[in-house]
Amino acid sequence: MAKIKCVLIGSGNIGTDLLYKLKRSEVLEPVWMVGIDEDSEGLARAREMGLKTTADGVDGVLPHLASDGVQIAFDATSAYVHKENSDKMNACGVFMVDLTPAAIGPLCVPPVNLDQLADTMNVNMISCAGQATIPIVYGVSRIQGVEYAEIIASLASKSIGAGTRANLDEFTYTTSNAVCEVGGAKKGKALCVINPAEPPMIMRNTIYCLTEEEPNQERITASLMEMIEAVQHYVPGYKLVNGPVFEGNKVGVFMEVAGLGDYLPTYAGNLDIMTAAACRTAEMYAAKILNGEMQLVVEAS
Amino acid sequence: MSRSDLEGRKVICHDMCLRDGMHAKKEQITTEQMRSFAVSMEAAGVPMIQVAHGAGLGGNSLQHGFALHSNEEYWDAVAPVLNNTVMSVLLIPGLGTMNELRVAHEHGVRSVHVATHSTEADTSPQHIACGRELGMDTSGFLMMAHLNTSQGLAEEAKKMESYGAQTVYVTDSAGYMLPEDVTEYVSALRDTLDDATEIGFHGHNNLGMGIANSIAAIRAGASRIDCSVAGLGAGAGNTPLEAFVAVCDRMGIHTGCDMFKLMDMAEELVFPMMDHIVRIDRSSLTLGYAGVYSTFLLHANRLGEKYGIPARDILIELGRKKMIGGQEDMIEDTALSMLKARQGNSA
Repeated sequence: MAKIKCVLIGSGNIGTDLLYKLKRSEVLEPVWMVGIDEDSEGLARAREMGLKTTADGVDGVLPHLASDGVQIAFDATSAYVHKENSDKMNACGVFMVDLTPAAIGPLCVPPVNLDQLADTMNVNMISCAGQATIPIVYGVSRIQGVEYAEIIASLASKSIGAGTRANLDEFTYTTSNAVCEVGGAKKGKALCVINPAEPPMIMRNTIYCLTEEEPNQERITASLMEMIEAVQHYVPGYKLVNGPVFEGNKVGVFMEVAGLGDYLPTYAGNLDIMTAAACRTAEMYAAKILNGEMQLVVEAS
Repeated sequence: MSRSDLEGRKVICHDMCLRDGMHAKKEQITTEQMRSFAVSMEAAGVPMIQVAHGAGLGGNSLQHGFALHSNEEYWDAVAPVLNNTVMSVLLIPGLGTMNELRVAHEHGVRSVHVATHSTEADTSPQHIACGRELGMDTSGFLMMAHLNTSQGLAEEAKKMESYGAQTVYVTDSAGYMLPEDVTEYVSALRDTLDDATEIGFHGHNNLGMGIANSIAAIRAGASRIDCSVAGLGAGAGNTPLEAFVAVCDRMGIHTGCDMFKLMDMAEELVFPMMDHIVRIDRSSLTLGYAGVYSTFLLHANRLGEKYGIPARDILIELGRKKMIGGQEDMIEDTALSMLKARQGNSA
């Protein structure tokens, strides 16, 4: 089967973990990795795995996109530089999957809205916490109205790279917004805690929803179990630890996300849920490109 | 009786009862109470007071509780009665944002504690820079200091200094540290930071060490001490301001605060409005003993009652799991897991 060739921008934790996911894909083939540090571990691994690399940033790969047939890019750098990266890729007719919290394109949580996404040249994966919690918010809101949803993500310090650390405000805004826009809550809030415990703690997420009417416990529980199963298809370590706990109109759900241990050990489920979601989203677009449903246009320069 | 080796030292007392004290009141302090507190502290010469939701900017949430009023309403109640006293706020990146800090500045806030866990200073550069750009007195606030080594904490403090922090705090959020620990940690910061950078100490009285720790901090080079009138704060409370000022007076340390006015305020304003007497009880003592974030106290008491598990057991387990500030959701999660385990054992 033909594969769509891809470039990964960013050689940090997320970019490197994504590399492993893409290597296993039946429709995607990673061919380039872009970094800014020649000696970075991510670039070294990419070379070992047979990719071409550049440490000259996005500009280092632009001359090669057409000749190497690259059609999809993944940006795992920083919200601050994403728009520039995306514009450059799109101008070369390359579709962009955004793993930063920049959120300039439509927001995607695969089990919630992958099949409803319009044709676009940029799709945003929100944040690791968004991927881990929005399926739960949606699992409640599709049963009855959610006045307010709040998510708390606890992440192992070792799993959080420099990009994420420099983007905490953007993380907060983008995730809060997505809890409403994709999760279906009327109001949303996102909190993030970075815990340095040794051994590192597995990613934890708590989701609270305030329903407008008294919650229908049976229907909500069934809906949540179905959503959890849907996420488990691409992130097997996505697990309900406690709940749902019903207290008045408040629904509390306590989740854990263990990763596959591709790049960082299994505690870093936050990497997996982000990269697996990005991979799944890109596969959907790749299928559209392959069957001619979607045309990628190179801007005349 | 002779005075002390610290005679003549100057210390800035920073009162926390309208921020850390919000925890002890389940965030239910009224704007009228805030204003009357502020009037008293201005009259008593307290140089700085922190005013906000207990968790600071962005704190209003199911996780941290919803305050009676918005931060803006609290600042607007307090700012008009202050002349010499500076109003400050707490900002924990991941919870509060720079936009909220800009709003705080518009409402008269002129100083900020930018807080991170003791090992995660590098989540704060934008927020510290933002405080400086706004012209605010900007402190880095390294919470749960005991979970880092003294040298490790000094390295984190150095990062905060490089981002622009004018003061860096050793923050004993769990009330776990002993005076010897404080001496070691503050000395490590003093040896590492530029002379122009001030060092602060923020204590909790869970082991009854609030004042002794604050004095140890001053002796090791700290010049800012967070306190709270009548100790109104999370856990067994902060270092009680009126008693700290009394000790400083005896030692010849200048605070500029009027001890008699502060003890009157403690007696007449603060104690009468406490929901529970903030003291060393078995739960708050457990916080200090097990090294657990002081704010967990009332959550653990409530959930312990709900699930029929002693709060003390839950707190010990949270300490064992190394849970940190901001992980209040893990209190219920831990209680539920303990309940399952106990039911499993008895089945």
